[in-house]
Amino acid sequence: MSALLEAVGLRKTFRARGRLVHAVEGVSLAVAAGEALGIVGESGCGKTTTARMLLRLEEPTEGGIRFDGADITKLHGNALRPFRARAQLVFQNPFDALNPRFTIRRSLTEPLRNFGVAASEHRERIDAVLRRVRLTPPESWLDRRPHELSGGQLQRVVLARALVPEPRLIVADEPVSMLDVSVRAGILNLLREARDALGLAAIYISHDLALIRYVCERTLVMYLGQVVEEGPTAALIAEPAHPYTAVLVAAVPVARVDQNRAALPVRGSLSDAPPTAPGCTFRDRCPHAMPRCTADTPALRSISGDRRVACHLGDLP
Amino acid sequence: MRGARNFLKFLRGEPFAAVGAAIYSVIVVVAVFADWLEPYAPRAILKVGPRVARYLPISAAHWLGTTSSGRDVLSQVIHGTRSALVVGLTAAIAVVAIGTLLGLLAGYLGGWVDRVVSWLADIVLGLPFLPFMLILAALTHPGTGVVIFTVAALLWPNTARVIRAQVLSLRERAWVEAARVTGCSTARIMFVHVLPQVLPLAALYGSVAIGWAILAEASASFLGFGDPETVSWGVMLQDAYANQALSRGAWNWFAPPGAAIMAMVLAGFLISRGSEKLLFPKLAEQ
Repeated sequence: MSALLEAVGLRKTFRARGRLVHAVEGVSLAVAAGEALGIVGESGCGKTTTARMLLRLEEPTEGGIRFDGADITKLHGNALRPFRARAQLVFQNPFDALNPRFTIRRSLTEPLRNFGVAASEHRERIDAVLRRVRLTPPESWLDRRPHELSGGQLQRVVLARALVPEPRLIVADEPVSMLDVSVRAGILNLLREARDALGLAAIYISHDLALIRYVCERTLVMYLGQVVEEGPTAALIAEPAHPYTAVLVAAVPVARVDQNRAALPVRGSLSDAPPTAPGCTFRDRCPHAMPRCTADTPALRSISGDRRVACHLGDLP
Repeated sequence: MRGARNFLKFLRGEPFAAVGAAIYSVIVVVAVFADWLEPYAPRAILKVGPRVARYLPISAAHWLGTTSSGRDVLSQVIHGTRSALVVGLTAAIAVVAIGTLLGLLAGYLGGWVDRVVSWLADIVLGLPFLPFMLILAALTHPGTGVVIFTVAALLWPNTARVIRAQVLSLRERAWVEAARVTGCSTARIMFVHVLPQVLPLAALYGSVAIGWAILAEASASFLGFGDPETVSWGVMLQDAYANQALSRGAWNWFAPPGAAIMAMVLAGFLISRGSEKLLFPKLAEQ
């Protein structure tokens, strides 16, 4: 199985007020054609920065990205455009993702024009994509502007804009977190239908394991800029190998108000230890921390086949 | 169509802007039909019998009297709308074009472009307006060209700064990033996606620049650096001053061009005042 998108050792350092912020600390991942990969973690864990680097919206400080076998890490301007046509983004906030002055027609024509699709095909492609996101009949939506649409309708347009260049990969960064709960499932189902019909690969970024479980076959768990666990979503949730994954699983809300839940197996808050210091970044909050966790940094290691974890637990030296 | 309807709706809600727009409209109509409206040729020396018709008071034949050299004041005021519009509009367009372009580049590209533009703006804002224009007029040849150049060269920083600030906030919007993802070049993002959003603000600064340009033209002419062959409100004031219209109490000569200048400058400020709510909704809440 060759990967559609493959990233090796991605690192991103921002300079903020003279201080270095290590947003992403050596993330490697691969997505196969047609596969759905989830990236979960709390805010600030670097999942969005990782996604932005994968889409070449952010320059990696270190590391490489290959798409369809070609190295795209250093491409710029016109050279990057063929990649842009094949890797699209679904935004978090549909109210801000569309140019407020553009009609829906104009927003959907932009990508076609930029990616060199003949003008004679535009109308047909736009109609087809609007039908795919269930904005029908297409002609009644074409001349509307974003302020006339609801959040769910806007997110359908955002999805349509991502699909209209016929990409092979969709990155969805918290695609439903800004939407009313009542329309979330609709958007997720549309995304899944589009993926199934077009054989699209997808990367879902979310803080919400429930969403990830619903849509992704494989999941990466990130903590403070690093991948701490990786594996098939079902196995990872059923049997978390990393204590942090266990926390995320325990934090998933359950639709029962009367049940007693155990306290989360976590303490303290995000560590501000410099990431260059040795040791596990989660040790201050981990209920299983042992002396070894301060002394050496756990590397991502394979456990049972396709699962990997960066934790000393169960790793007997 | 949609733009025109919105504009009318805006004027109904904003009396300040409506008055300003009305003044501009009157001046434009008068300038266009000046040849029909002016009762005499503006530079013709009129005679009463064999004598030059100097210092005639207000009468039915000369609604605003005549000048010391026997020219009809009303005809000159009417004809002066043309040079006022030419100077005002040309200078305003130049200010808006330079200010918007530099503000857009500085705000969107950032980095050294931003530093160079901000540095230029700081220098230019430090130049004194009138001395700059007078020295330029003395070195080259006096006339409207110098006025327009001075206004354009010295007033763009105000527009550029406001546009830059606006672009800085716009570039963080997700739809700008969406334009990148959907294959737009940097130039296309700047000029097709971002520029239309800042144009209303730029136009507002343009309307203020019209007033500045007319004031500048009047000042230059009044100080003798205008083109005496053109008929403009500033040249009229200079003519009146040089011929002791003040001490003769010939207010019918110097008051009308002064009032015309005031009205046009005021129109620009009224429009900008009226647009405040539209452009800065937060101000309206206070």
